[in-house]
Amino acid sequence: MLDRTKAPEFREIGNITLKEPVKKRFANGLPVYIFHSPEQELVRIEWIFENKYLDAQSENPLLNSALSALLKEGTMTMSSAEIADKVDFYGAFLVPEYSFDITSLSLYTLNRHSQVLLPLVKDILTEASIPQQELDTYLRNNKQKFQVSVQKNDYLARRKFYNLVFGESNRYGRTPKLEDYDAIDRDQLVALYQKEIVPNNCTLIVSGNVSDDLINELEQIFGLEWRSETTCANVDHPVLFQDAAGLAYEEKENALQSAIRLGARTISRTHADYPALQFVNTLLGGFFGSRLMRNIREEKGYTYSIGSAVATLKHTGFLTIATEVGVDVTNATLVEIEKEINLLKTALATHEEIELVKTYMEGSMLGSLESIFSHADKFKSVLLNDMGLTYYSYYMEQIKTMTPEKARDIANKYLDFDQMVKVIVGKFNQLEPIHQTVVN
Amino acid sequence: MVSYQKFTLENGLRVLVHEDHNTAMACVNILYDVGARDESPEQTGFAHLFEHLMFGGSVNIPSFDTELQKVGGENNAFTSNDITNYYITLPSSNLETALWLESDRMLSLAFSPQSLEVQRNVVSEEFKQRYLNQPYGDAWLKLRPLAYKVHPYRWATIGKELKHIEDATMEDVKAFFKLHYNPQSAIMVIAGDVHYEDVKSLVQKWFGDIDPGQKYIRQLPQEPIQKELRRETIFAPVPLDALYMTFHGPARLEEGYFAMDLLSDILSRGSSSRLYRRLVKEEQLFSELNAYVMGSIDNNLFVIEGKPSEGISLEEAENAVWAELDLLKKELVSNAELEKVKNKMESTNVFAELSILDKAMNLAFHELLGDADGINTEVSKYLAVTAEQVRQQAQAIFNRENASILMYKAQEEEIRHVG
Repeated sequence: MLDRTKAPEFREIGNITLKEPVKKRFANGLPVYIFHSPEQELVRIEWIFENKYLDAQSENPLLNSALSALLKEGTMTMSSAEIADKVDFYGAFLVPEYSFDITSLSLYTLNRHSQVLLPLVKDILTEASIPQQELDTYLRNNKQKFQVSVQKNDYLARRKFYNLVFGESNRYGRTPKLEDYDAIDRDQLVALYQKEIVPNNCTLIVSGNVSDDLINELEQIFGLEWRSETTCANVDHPVLFQDAAGLAYEEKENALQSAIRLGARTISRTHADYPALQFVNTLLGGFFGSRLMRNIREEKGYTYSIGSAVATLKHTGFLTIATEVGVDVTNATLVEIEKEINLLKTALATHEEIELVKTYMEGSMLGSLESIFSHADKFKSVLLNDMGLTYYSYYMEQIKTMTPEKARDIANKYLDFDQMVKVIVGKFNQLEPIHQTVVN
Repeated sequence: MVSYQKFTLENGLRVLVHEDHNTAMACVNILYDVGARDESPEQTGFAHLFEHLMFGGSVNIPSFDTELQKVGGENNAFTSNDITNYYITLPSSNLETALWLESDRMLSLAFSPQSLEVQRNVVSEEFKQRYLNQPYGDAWLKLRPLAYKVHPYRWATIGKELKHIEDATMEDVKAFFKLHYNPQSAIMVIAGDVHYEDVKSLVQKWFGDIDPGQKYIRQLPQEPIQKELRRETIFAPVPLDALYMTFHGPARLEEGYFAMDLLSDILSRGSSSRLYRRLVKEEQLFSELNAYVMGSIDNNLFVIEGKPSEGISLEEAENAVWAELDLLKKELVSNAELEKVKNKMESTNVFAELSILDKAMNLAFHELLGDADGINTEVSKYLAVTAEQVRQQAQAIFNRENASILMYKAQEEEIRHVG
């Protein structure tokens, strides 16, 4: 008779092996990383650029995102419509992406079409014309989207959080305002394009079914024919942070839910404690079985979801906790979050709980390596901080050797509820303070 | 090409196995043949609420999530108007744990009152977060009853109103389980780094002795043919006007479905598509505009939704959409344009084969439709569609009397400028 109360025997998750790329350097100095896997007839080619800035004093937070969006909107020889037609006709996807530190252009295509599409990408990277009319359209449409975003409490909370946690005088903390859309002009974008979209600010990552022919094509087009006109010094202007803590509250009279966001700047991936902090974050709010999720969703039913995350940027890292809760439990949720953070600092987690988080994180690592593209993604994540794949063996080692004592010590070192920025958009009873000064 | 093998247990459980040894993971996907369309009009949102309760402990296992996390697995689920789908991914060495967990909750739930109490709250918060507390969030709560008058597609999976969820009782939960959660109503797909013979014996071990249960016979009222244009206007404190147009179209298995799907691609897929190129970029009548097909198993909806640019009235915007639809009814699409959308369909299919979870979900859904091999053969059905069939399909659905049109008119005085 089957005993259904007994779990099948657990089998250790085996060693996780990351695929190392083949490294090349093209004639113009462009570094190339190749992840080859022949299973599917498709390939992803990513041109990755570090964001540059025109002027440290007047960073319009929209400049880099506008540049990224306008890359595909016209070159000296092709219109926006012609580019779109060609990419779509060959069943390809050409995706510009933008983040705090990086702008990239990714081409996803079946192998048999790469030959017709690569010259198009070359055109975009060297001859983009950034037409005024396309810029106007982009700004008009995005101003409208912006107007919708600012009606969403979670958007407002996230924006305020970045303002407070980084300070508004730098690229991470200065969030777009409606007038920033009007302040963008084409000349600035062209100047930024010329400074940023150049081979000596580029890294090429090629993954999928990467044939020798494809590499030769790439080398011809992006190694021999792609030259930097200007030499762009590889220096970045400093990012100065302001220190902030306290509570910002924006009342929304008709809100059914309050968006809550809290957190602080913290160490980045380059710090030796980073994997351990990721562990503690997972324990706190990084997965479905985390303390916050179990307490605030699964026991109390205050929210559909609550989570925490640690993230790495080029110049810093940050920890953030985010949720949307019924307005009547806004205060109660903050109290519970504080309780959970303090519990991590004062009481040892059981060995069982530590083991569970370890296994979860190992499984999650294994699960994140589904295709050759995901191996390339792992590499890309550490590239920003000039780290190699050895980071992941260190990471896995740190996770495997975690103990209840170490988790508590790390919590004490990096989590401090009182010092966190707290943002609430919705409804909050200020007569029941959570011992914080209201700064806004 | 996704290869698979299939077997059926004596209790009626259908099982498909897809081996993919490029990964070290396995995926267990269980589709239950029950969705919001199977709910009583007095108790809407129940299939989705029930999905939450499936994580509240089963008869022999107090915590589903904890046991899965202990072996490095993750899981989630979704409910649609047609189906409820649960999935687990985990390191393949621990596949048996997933089968232990899934079989126990197919056998019976713990029916814990505390779980019901908490999940009612969680789902209410989900209702608020996704449908009530954000601009345009209630669009589908309005659109469905406008487009459907009889068929249960007239309510959203979250339910018609919060009250239906708040009123759910344990008796309802037990009855729903008995009616819909048994081996006969389920399709299980196991994909990834697994071997067919091992899977077969493990499935037999854990699922073999589950009672087949009663067979649920679906008898849904069919939606009568719409005979006149329907309109509704909402005056709401939203920042911008918005336009939603829906048209009834062929069910998933009916003739014409593929042509209709290609019509949505011609209109809206990629930045070369007609609506985006002409109405957003060239004429600048909209700031955003999209078209898509719901993909429902019964009577489908073709949906167009957009926000007019500043200074453009909803009437002007609507007329411009009609002009594009009328053009599709009148003129044949060119070979190049048809080939373009077919090429995209084909390449998307290849990209989808990178994910074992996507493959598992798709196999289960095609099996529900009648043949799992649809995952491989469907592309050829798209490729076979002719320009004439596309035009005929446009003529069949893009008509005033087949349209339901919902408009949001922004009430400016209530908007506080925050930007």
